[in-house]
Amino acid sequence: MLLSKQKSFEEILGYLQGENKVFLLGCDGCAQASGTGGPVQIAEMKAKLEAAGKTVTGTEVVGFLCEKALIKSKLNAKVKAIMEADSVLVMTCGVGIQASAASIAKVCHPACDTINLGGSRGEWQGSERCMECGECVLESTGGICPLTACSKGLLSGQCGGASHGKCEISPDMDCGWELIYHRLKSLNQLDKLKKLAPPKDRNKGLPKADMRATSRWAIENPAQKVQKEVAAK
Amino acid sequence: MSLKSILESHQFAVTAEIGPAKGTDIMEIVEVAELLHGRITAANATDQQSSQMRMGSMATCHILADHGIEPIMQMTCRDRNRIALQSDLLSAWALGIKNVLALTGDLPALGDHPQAMPVFDLDSVQLLSVIGRLNEGFDMAGTALKGKPDFFAGAAVNPGSNTEASQDQQLFKMEKKIKAGAKFFQTQAVYEPAKFAAFMKKAGSFGVPVLVGIIPLKSAGMARFLNKSIAGVFVPEDMIQKMSTAKDKTQTSLEITVGLIKELKDMCQGVHIMAMGWEKKIPQILDAVGLK
Repeated sequence: MLLSKQKSFEEILGYLQGENKVFLLGCDGCAQASGTGGPVQIAEMKAKLEAAGKTVTGTEVVGFLCEKALIKSKLNAKVKAIMEADSVLVMTCGVGIQASAASIAKVCHPACDTINLGGSRGEWQGSERCMECGECVLESTGGICPLTACSKGLLSGQCGGASHGKCEISPDMDCGWELIYHRLKSLNQLDKLKKLAPPKDRNKGLPKADMRATSRWAIENPAQKVQKEVAAK
Repeated sequence: MSLKSILESHQFAVTAEIGPAKGTDIMEIVEVAELLHGRITAANATDQQSSQMRMGSMATCHILADHGIEPIMQMTCRDRNRIALQSDLLSAWALGIKNVLALTGDLPALGDHPQAMPVFDLDSVQLLSVIGRLNEGFDMAGTALKGKPDFFAGAAVNPGSNTEASQDQQLFKMEKKIKAGAKFFQTQAVYEPAKFAAFMKKAGSFGVPVLVGIIPLKSAGMARFLNKSIAGVFVPEDMIQKMSTAKDKTQTSLEITVGLIKELKDMCQGVHIMAMGWEKKIPQILDAVGLK
């Protein structure tokens, strides 16, 4: 899930300066769960924009705006209202805004900010997070990631800022290294804390050029490339 | 005598912390340096302490050296990646700075520029290894240096952790810092001699000199602030009471400080005074303790 937060109404109005007609686009996936771009928030935004003197030419809430194929099929029935508008206001995470901008030949304004959740999570989402660092260190930390569980992402152990097992950044946040210590202790592996951790190869944690554009290379990459890779095997 | 030769010959070292100016006015630092000249072994210049943007540690160290004080450059991993850290180390050596205190650094969120990007490309232990590598004449990429430094590297340790897990981890980390090249330690502020003695029983066995950290309490309010906001620092309630009922707060504060140093100095190999604006009172404190 991508968590989003609505921008202030003043900021949104600023984007719409010089425009009169706007089409509102929401998502009943993560944006609805975030309370930022589901049917309820779309209706609220419509009323607020109309009170501010704007014309809302239409609205639509797509189930998973991150899926470009869905956007196109779902918006087919609304083409007239969209084309009539000066712009589209997208009330979702950054992925939904980008997918809309890629699918609709209109200016797409962002109505939300996307909140960093501290690393990627699995499809079945728990508290564990992965930084996609490209160089997994979980062998030495009892299966708790120091990059995501420690607010400084330290590899060499707890800093002096921990107090009563909590992080100095907030009394509500457990110190990641306190958790790692207890896990290693329960596994009888405290000796692992004495080993020097080499500096990380941060380059491995950066996306490769072809991965910046897509993670679904088999679907979205040119067929040629897929064939070449298959032929090479 | 240099910090290195004093510690290596098992003599008692006195270091003081000096906070660089917020701005370009270096008058106060020069005054403090002149006043402390001949009274202390060396002085630490902090590196944007508590993530508050100030003049840099390297420039402050250079000014201290110009005024007869041997500097210890504090270096955190908060604001610089490995390229900048290594480059600054080479620059510091070229400017005559021989001591470095390698620290991880506080989070920017706790300082006066909370919008800043935290770096932490390396951490304190890894930085110590890098200093060792530079001393051997190589950078992190393995490339040979044309002219190499010979830094005397130190590190920090917090003897007052408040959970068993933290206490254990401070000792584990201390061992790693020694393995990575730390030749001395300066501690977080200590107010409980008994707790420090227990810490030294374990930490002393590593055989690396420890300089105990001292922060003079300026008021009961400051003591409560330390207890609430600075991890690993605990000022006992009777000390706070003494401060809050004192007629002459400065006098009482200095008495407490002198008493603490007297009690702590035989447990370790030096004292590190973080006077936080009271640097000019350091000679008076040292006189009362009977140091030099």
